Amino acid sequence: MKLTLKVWRQKSKDHKGNFENHQIEASEHMSFLEMMDVLNERLIEKKADPIAFAHDCREGICGTCNMVINGKPHGPMKGTTVCQLHMREFNDGDVIVIEPWRAAAFPIIKDLVVDRSSFDRIIQAGGYISVNTGQAQDANSIPIEKDVAAQAMDAATCIGCGACVAACPNASAMLFTSAKVNHLALLPQGQVESSKRVRSMVKQMDEEGFGACSNTGACEVECPKEISIENIAAMNRMYIAAVVGQQDQV
Amino acid sequence: MSLTGLFLITFLPVHLLGNFLLLAGDGGEAFNVYAKFMTGNPLIKFISIGLYAFIVIHAIQGVIVWRVNKAKKGSRYAVQAKNTNWAASNMGILGTIILVFILIHMYQFWLKMKLGWIPPVTIDGVEMSNLYATVSGIYSNLFFVIFYVVSMVVIGLHLSHGFQSAFQTLGLNHKKYTPLIKALGTGYSILIPLGFAVIPVWMYLAQL
Repeated sequence: MKLTLKVWRQKSKDHKGNFENHQIEASEHMSFLEMMDVLNERLIEKKADPIAFAHDCREGICGTCNMVINGKPHGPMKGTTVCQLHMREFNDGDVIVIEPWRAAAFPIIKDLVVDRSSFDRIIQAGGYISVNTGQAQDANSIPIEKDVAAQAMDAATCIGCGACVAACPNASAMLFTSAKVNHLALLPQGQVESSKRVRSMVKQMDEEGFGACSNTGACEVECPKEISIENIAAMNRMYIAAVVGQQDQV
Repeated sequence: MSLTGLFLITFLPVHLLGNFLLLAGDGGEAFNVYAKFMTGNPLIKFISIGLYAFIVIHAIQGVIVWRVNKAKKGSRYAVQAKNTNWAASNMGILGTIILVFILIHMYQFWLKMKLGWIPPVTIDGVEMSNLYATVSGIYSNLFFVIFYVVSMVVIGLHLSHGFQSAFQTLGLNHKKYTPLIKALGTGYSILIPLGFAVIPVWMYLAQL
């Protein structure tokens, strides 16, 4: 299949970026990233600068790959990351527009690679349990309701890729932060610190320069792990209670 | 935004019920008596000052949120896929149109009433402003009838996102109740503006 790619090129966050057109012959069995690899090999052969893009596991679980393909973070397939997207989803002769995540809190490092360390700092602000909980316990030694365990697991599937921020017209990180806050708060080991955690993580999220949530719901549509905005409501609830209650100071 | 928005939502049905008196078919008697009561009652005065304040606060909050969020997004995508409904991502535009509507609407009725520009009428021996005559005068003009109907469509769109969004912001989201809130919000954002829109259309047709 013959494709035309319009790829965003930008030397660094201080340079002005622009689209670059490339023609490529791809096989429908290639993954999207393999197609990008082939394009980069051609560029290297021509002694041109290859396109920088982030990738790691290529199994859809690490959250490293990030591209906005034809306006959709992670491309047209629902519930997957870019690495799990295959060229059979496209048609011969298609024009594919590839852009980086766009958000002030995710500055561009080069081309399609953005700096997502703001997410790391949100986690560092409270996305952990302070005490060592030891070895894995015997199954069912702490009884947890099935519904609660499932909710915690659903929130914990967040891979921190940042597609929610990329999709959000306000560049809000509420879906990411709420998923992290909730998966810990729902289980007994994490419940103890939940009030302090939600305040610290929300404070850090605001300091990193993410926008405010206006409930457009674009994040849950584009999330490769299909995390629900119910998490955002749950975090809002927890945050209001924590600020009103002020059980412990941050 | 959610708290001020919810307050403004509760104002609409009250306003609508009063306005339905315009369609009472009694030459405006009931409506004029109601209008006199509303302008004279101290409790209503107190609530209306709160209402004006909430409109101003809601608008200021909206402008702040819009400006801050725009700056935090930074650049825009060359291609923007559709991943949210139109009203949700255009609340600012809809809100601005509504604010202009409110200003025109308040000039046409509220300001004229306050300044005593409305001709008097005597009902049961009591002299009062004939607000009904002013309303029916404006609604005899096809241009204003269309203006009011279009404004109601805009309010409907604003409500269609705002109603359920307010609950989400306050953390009131529940597997069982959220679909109910959303259905209620959709019904509300259709029926309330429709109720308001019927009044100018009805009064226009009645005068033909």
